[in-house]
Amino acid sequence: MSEKNNEKAKVQFRQSIVVRFSGDSGDGMQLAGNIFSNVSAGLGDRISTFPDYPAEVRAPQGSLGGVSGFQVHIGHGVHTPGDECDVLVAMNPAALKQNAQFLRKGGAAIVDIDTFTQAGLDKALYTTNEPYEELGIKAQVIEAPITTMVKEALKDTGMDQKSVLKCRNMFALGLVCWLFNRPMEAPLKFLKAKFADKPEVYAANELVIKGGYNYGHNIHASVSTYRIQSDEVRPGIYTDVNGNKATAWGLIKASEMSGRPLFLGSYPITPATDILHELAKRRDLGVKAIQMEDEIGGICSAIGASFAGHLAVTSTSGPGLALKSEALGLAVMAELPLVVVDVQRGGPSTGLPTKTEQTDLQQALYGRSGESPLVVLAAATPTDCFKMAFQAAKIAIEHMTPVILLTDAYIANGSSAWRIPEEGEYPAIKPNYVPQALKETWTPFMRNALGIRYWAIPGTPGLEHVVGGLEKDYNLGVLSNDPINHAHMVETRRMKIANVANVIPELKLKGDPTADTIIVGWGSTYGHILDAVTRLNNEGFKLAMTHFRYINPLPKNTAELLSRFKTVIVAELNTGQMASYLQSKIPNLNICHINKVQGQPFMVQEIVDGVKNIIMEEEL
Amino acid sequence: MENNDNTQAAACKPLDFKNNQPVRWCPGCGDHAVLNVLLKSMAQLGIPREKTAVISGIGCSSRLPYYTRTYAFHTIHGRGGAVATGFKTANPEMTVWQVSGDGDCLAIGGNHFIHEVRRNIDVNLLLLNNRIYGLTKGQFSPTSARGFKSKSSPYGTTEDPFIPAELTFGARGTFFARSLDVELNISQEVMVEAAKHRGCSVVEILQNCMIFNNGIHRYITDRETRADRTIHLVHGQKMIFGRDNNRGIVQDGFSLKAVTLGEDGYTIDDVLVHDAHCESNFVHQQLAMMDGVDLPVALGVIRSVEAPTYETAVAEQVEEAIAQHGFTCLRDVVMAGDTWTVE
Repeated sequence: MSEKNNEKAKVQFRQSIVVRFSGDSGDGMQLAGNIFSNVSAGLGDRISTFPDYPAEVRAPQGSLGGVSGFQVHIGHGVHTPGDECDVLVAMNPAALKQNAQFLRKGGAAIVDIDTFTQAGLDKALYTTNEPYEELGIKAQVIEAPITTMVKEALKDTGMDQKSVLKCRNMFALGLVCWLFNRPMEAPLKFLKAKFADKPEVYAANELVIKGGYNYGHNIHASVSTYRIQSDEVRPGIYTDVNGNKATAWGLIKASEMSGRPLFLGSYPITPATDILHELAKRRDLGVKAIQMEDEIGGICSAIGASFAGHLAVTSTSGPGLALKSEALGLAVMAELPLVVVDVQRGGPSTGLPTKTEQTDLQQALYGRSGESPLVVLAAATPTDCFKMAFQAAKIAIEHMTPVILLTDAYIANGSSAWRIPEEGEYPAIKPNYVPQALKETWTPFMRNALGIRYWAIPGTPGLEHVVGGLEKDYNLGVLSNDPINHAHMVETRRMKIANVANVIPELKLKGDPTADTIIVGWGSTYGHILDAVTRLNNEGFKLAMTHFRYINPLPKNTAELLSRFKTVIVAELNTGQMASYLQSKIPNLNICHINKVQGQPFMVQEIVDGVKNIIMEEEL
Repeated sequence: MENNDNTQAAACKPLDFKNNQPVRWCPGCGDHAVLNVLLKSMAQLGIPREKTAVISGIGCSSRLPYYTRTYAFHTIHGRGGAVATGFKTANPEMTVWQVSGDGDCLAIGGNHFIHEVRRNIDVNLLLLNNRIYGLTKGQFSPTSARGFKSKSSPYGTTEDPFIPAELTFGARGTFFARSLDVELNISQEVMVEAAKHRGCSVVEILQNCMIFNNGIHRYITDRETRADRTIHLVHGQKMIFGRDNNRGIVQDGFSLKAVTLGEDGYTIDDVLVHDAHCESNFVHQQLAMMDGVDLPVALGVIRSVEAPTYETAVAEQVEEAIAQHGFTCLRDVVMAGDTWTVE
């Protein structure tokens, strides 16, 4: 749709719509965005959200460093939070400046014009008095006097100035709800529950949100109005969940299915801390989540709990995983079940703590001393975190091994609607306990037919035993320095992990199966790559797609499937870690790269452009 | 949680807790004695071996779990305390012994040590202090004296040592005891008391390394002088010591002083009575800091006070939260949040 048409249309029917709320980190933009996405999900839309928050807890008000954003994508065929937004809400000049780059040509910006004073422009380091021109905004700008109208709406409530200004986010939300034809009942219900203990706060928010809605109505003549057609989604009961919460829930479900109580040993680290928060709340389900003195204490306490017979987990991000490396080696050597969740962020070192990257893959695969294979999984979407956390726990328990689950800041903080599975839908988890028949002759490193050692739970009479980091005799499980035995044990541990390939799903082919070129991704890039493939197929480009969620071991059909294609494009948010891993496993592949390391997810357009460039070069 | 159930006691002998693995410490190493006393203490306590765990880090002393018939875990350097914390929190029914050395516990594991003491996790921590790194063949440790010459300090160290008791009290420890590897009876007494104490029980055992630091504790361990340079503290008893049992500890202003009964007008009535259960650690710290020169080195249980234990507090929170919220499974929690139905 051309810009000109766009301006003329009073009502646009669109498949999906992207709204970005931005303001000071104290302006409540995350809350406004969350309510809007929940309301939309309740109307049957698919949703995908992405918060973009600053590293600083509270940067100076109105400064560029203090801008916080929340992007919501709703409607049909939604797999990502969207490259660009159709509507940008900017509560001050700094927010507009930081987010104008995300605003689609021909979209609309809603600004609180009351904040566009000389002082406000100065704080955001504008060099002219023409902010829209200076930023090159090619979109409609709705200059709403939000602060003034909020003060007016609340003038009779006797609220203090600070509390009044805190309600500005609800005015913006009301206006956006009007724009997208969302009824007021749902957000009001949400607010009523949130402020159940503070009826006066609810009353104020109700006044303001309705004020915003009515304002939209009153200026109807000057704004293009969008109507979103709802998606058809699978019937069931839904809730809105982000990746970290889904991860925590997947682990809880795995604990229920395995009968092993859940233990988390952790240490606060962005962007993984919400897993600790959620599991700490779940003492009410018997979960023992403890905050230890450091990352090493986190994993070591988990290893202790695993030895005690618990489903043991530690959650962290890249720098924390580095600190846990030695203890991970211990879990490999002692052959104890353990789930390590690495919510990846920008690195190395402290790097970009609040931003997203896929740069820990090789650390997860190789970052330990000695030959220490373990299972590596990656979640593809916020709701997939539930499934993959469950799978990580299932594999750890059933195969007596540490498992690293890679998620990242993008899916950890992003959310989407999750259909709550029915109780019968979960697979069983069967711990590899010492069989009764073996009790008399059992030794601690005795294995079943798949090479998996048995789990003896402390407290059980007759199964007292020693485990540890030193090499053991294959048969007796006692200390051994024998060279041949060591080689045999190294191979045994390798095979144990390789055998996991027998229980994981094979790779599935999407896109155009007759293509010569396939695009491959892993983890959180799934939605962006899928959208890019759909777009390219629609444009007539022949392109297939497959996506990895099981990385070590690789799915059994990996070599066969990838070898069918003349060109394998690996798209990832690093400089080529998965690509070199695949190349090392399947040397004959012709691998091309699409990489991005900016602390931001892919944009669909970047992948589309990258594929076109590669296809054109290959044809030359 | 300690099991004081005496019905089990009759069934336990020291060898019930020993496996068939050959013990590989150097001949004459103090660790042999510690292992034997630990096995005896376990038998005396009468807690069945399947309810007993022994967890260690890395170092000569940390090999000890390999020789026990319990649920035993030889972990990695310095981390025994963190592993033990997770283990005990997960299963408070188990009696947990942690075995560590001065390097493992106070250097690489120093952070875990102070935090397990602070948390008061119910672990019986045997800190075998030989003031040297033995397994890596003779480097100074955090308890080596300033100026101590070793392979890694050929000109003498340029740093002051930790005193384990002082560190324990600094971390608000609820139990501290001390023994010598050669004092078998006192060692057994303090190990049993450590196990009975609910909370983190630190037991320092001054131990000899024959190979790399032979005789480091000789000043106080020599048979000739031991009675004059050490004092065996027992709760509720007068602080009397010396070959002739005629010396005592008295209060001297804010400090302590060793006196001879019958001299300078001091009588038995002036001698302090040991109170290991006193909430304040002021006197405990002074007792623990006695260094054998002017005042005898204190052995026995120096401090043992009651305080909530970590694993019990966690377990209680779990019980309360379950009772309060009434959830039975994840689905209850999810359904209690914001949901919507798509027909």
